[in-house]
Amino acid sequence: MSATMTLGGAIGAGLRQAMTADPKVLLLGEDIGKLGGVYRVTDGLQRDFGPQRVMDTPLAESGILGTAVGLAYRGYRPVCEIQFDGFVYPAFDQIVSQVSRMHARTKGAVTMPITIRIPVGGGIGSAEHHSDSPEAYFAHTPGLRVMSVADPQSAYSLIQEAVACDDPVLFFEPKRRYHLKGEVATDGAPAAGGMSRARVLRHGTDVTVLTFGGLVQVALDAAEAASEEGLSLEVIDLVSLSPIDWPAVTESVRRTGRAVVVHEAAQTGGIGAELAAGITERCFFHLEHAVVRVTGWDIPYPPAKLERHHLPDLDRVLDGVDAALGRPSSYGEQAFA
Amino acid sequence: MSSLLAHDTGTGSPPDRGDPRTVRLLTPDGVRQTSGEYAARVADLDDAALLGLYTDMVVIRRIDQEATALQRQGELALWPPLLGQEAAQIGSARALEHDDFVFSSYREHGVAWVRGATTAELCRVWRGIAVAGWDPYRIGMATPQVIIGAQTLHATGYAIGAKYDGAASAVVSYFGDGATSEGDTSEAMVFAVTYGAPVVFFCQNNQWAISEPVGLQAPTGIAARAAGFGLPSVTVDGNDVLAVLAVTREALERARAGEGPSFIEAVTYRMGPHTTADDPTRYRTADEVEAWKAKDPVARLAAYLRGTGALTDDVDAEVAATAQRAAAALRADCTALGEPDGESIFDDVYAEPHPVLEAQRTRFLAYREGFEEER
Repeated sequence: MSATMTLGGAIGAGLRQAMTADPKVLLLGEDIGKLGGVYRVTDGLQRDFGPQRVMDTPLAESGILGTAVGLAYRGYRPVCEIQFDGFVYPAFDQIVSQVSRMHARTKGAVTMPITIRIPVGGGIGSAEHHSDSPEAYFAHTPGLRVMSVADPQSAYSLIQEAVACDDPVLFFEPKRRYHLKGEVATDGAPAAGGMSRARVLRHGTDVTVLTFGGLVQVALDAAEAASEEGLSLEVIDLVSLSPIDWPAVTESVRRTGRAVVVHEAAQTGGIGAELAAGITERCFFHLEHAVVRVTGWDIPYPPAKLERHHLPDLDRVLDGVDAALGRPSSYGEQAFA
Repeated sequence: MSSLLAHDTGTGSPPDRGDPRTVRLLTPDGVRQTSGEYAARVADLDDAALLGLYTDMVVIRRIDQEATALQRQGELALWPPLLGQEAAQIGSARALEHDDFVFSSYREHGVAWVRGATTAELCRVWRGIAVAGWDPYRIGMATPQVIIGAQTLHATGYAIGAKYDGAASAVVSYFGDGATSEGDTSEAMVFAVTYGAPVVFFCQNNQWAISEPVGLQAPTGIAARAAGFGLPSVTVDGNDVLAVLAVTREALERARAGEGPSFIEAVTYRMGPHTTADDPTRYRTADEVEAWKAKDPVARLAAYLRGTGALTDDVDAEVAATAQRAAAALRADCTALGEPDGESIFDDVYAEPHPVLEAQRTRFLAYREGFEEER
C-alpha cells in the first residue's frame, strides 16, 4: 500500500502509526491540537486521539521538556514538538542536563524515550529565530541521538523508529521540504536501524558530497549539474548526525578521495567540523584533498531578503566541489587567513 | 550601608513572625494544640506514633552528623547537611503512601530515609562513585536533582502521567527557597494547574541559598506567589513535625481527590553550612543561628513527649542507641563502597547500541591495556 504525501504529512502519518501501535505514545507542544501545529504536521491527531494524547501545552519550552521527563519517568513515550528551531533554547537545560543524562545517571533504571521534533532551517523567508540550524549543540551532547529527514518516505519510516527508540532523539524536519510530495509505502513495519544509517542517494566516483535535511535536494541538483560537465558526484544523506554512520562515510570517501560537507548551520564547531576531523582520521591516506566545508557563514541568521547570501545553494556546492578537485574556487589562501 | 534592593535582604524571616496564618501544632517549648482543622488531621497520632516520628528525626540527624564526619575524614567528597530541617522532611515524608512518588533536591536525606533508601545508597553519590544513589522505582523517589528547580517539572510530568493512568498516586516535589526564583518552578506550577496534576510543591524555606538570604529571592514572601498561578498554598512552621504532617496530608488528600496541585511553604532553617565546602560565618551571624537553635525541631518534639511521659530517659537512650546503630551502619557501608571499574563510565549512556561510543570504549580498553604491567 502506498500514498502520495508531503513530507509534513508523512511525519503526521508516521506519528499516527506510532500512536496506534503504542498507547503510551503522547504528543506535547504548542498549537499542535486543534490547529494541528503551525505546519499542520499533527493535523487531525487530537481529534482522533483526544486531548490527553495530543496535549496543547502552555508556551514554555522548558516546561514541555521537563514535563516530558516526568512522563517518561512514569512510563510514557512523549513526542515533543518545538514550534521553531530558534525556540528550543529555553528547553536546552532540560534536554542537556536531564533528558540526555537520565539513563546514565540512573544506571539504566530510568529510560528517556523522548522524541523532540524540531522544524529546522531557512530558505523560507521567515522572521528571526525561525530559520536556525541548532543540530550541532545536540550532536555534541552525549546521551542524545540527532537525526534529520529529507523526503516523505524516510520521514514516515524514521519518525516511527525515533518514537520507538528507547533513547532521546532530536528529530529535525527541514521546513523548506515540508510541502515536498512523494510516494510513501505505508505497509509493513519500517526497516529497523534506518535512523542511524546514511543513504547513498546518487552514486559517483569523483567527489563525495555529504549533507542532510533541507540541503539534500540542493546537493542532488548540484550533482546533476556537475554531471553535465562530466563530473561524477556521490551524494550521501547522512540521516543520523549523532551517531554519524562512519562505515558508510568512510567507504565512500576512501573510494572518491574527496569530500565536501554541506550544511546550513554556521561553520565553526558544526557537523562539518566533526566530519572533516573524522574523515581525516579514517581516510587520511586515501584523500586527494582536504575536506571542504560548504556551510552557512558564522553569522546570526540574516533577514529574509538576505538569506540567499547565507545559505549554501547549487553554485556554492559546486564551488566547494571545485575546491575539493583543486580547481580555482573561493577557497583560496585568503579563505583560510 | 545602603542597599540596592527595595527590601531588607539581610536575614531570613523567622517562623514565628506573628503571622497567624502559619500553621503550628507544637509550640517551640512543646505545647500541642489539639483543636482546629489541622489538629484534627493528626489527631490519630498517639504517643507511640509521635515517638516514631521522634526516632526518625533523631536517626536522620545522627546519620547527617556521621556523614559530615565522614566528609571531614576524607571518606565522602562532599555532604549537604540537613541539620535543622528534620521536621520538614520527616513530617512530610511520613504523609506519603507507598505508591506516591517524590522528586527532590539534594538535601532531602530524611525523605530518602523514610522512603527506604539504605545507608549505602545515602552516601553513594557523595562518595563520588555514582551520580545517583538508588533505583527510583524501588523506593518511589527520583534520584536527587542538582539543577535547582528542574525536578519541579519532572514531578509535574510524572503526576500528569499518574492522572492519565487513573492511579491513586500523588507526587511531592521538594525544593528550596532559592528554587522559587528559577523559571522551571514557575513553569511547573503553570503546567500543574493547567492539567490538574496531583502534585504537591513542597518548598523548604530554610532561609539561605548558599549565601543568599531568602529576602533576595522573595522579598514579599514565597507562599503568596502560588495564588498567582492559581493553586492553594499554606505556610507551615517547618520545625513542627506535626504541623508539617498535617498540611502535607491535606495537600496529598486534595491531589488524590482530583482537586489538583497545592503549594506548601515550610519555614525552617539550615542550621549547618550549604555543604561541607561552605563557610556560613562569612554571610550570617552567630546570633541568628542561636535564635534558631531555640526552635530546634527535635528538641521541640522531645519536650512535648517528655511532658506526656512517653519519652523517659530510658526510652531516649533506646532511641539514641538506634541512631548510633544507623550511624555505624552508614560508616561501615560507606567505607565498604568500592570504586567501580573505570570502563563502567561507558555503560548506560545509551539504552540502544551506539557504535561511536563503543569505538571509544574499545580505545579506552586498549589504552588501559598499555598500563597493565604498571597496575
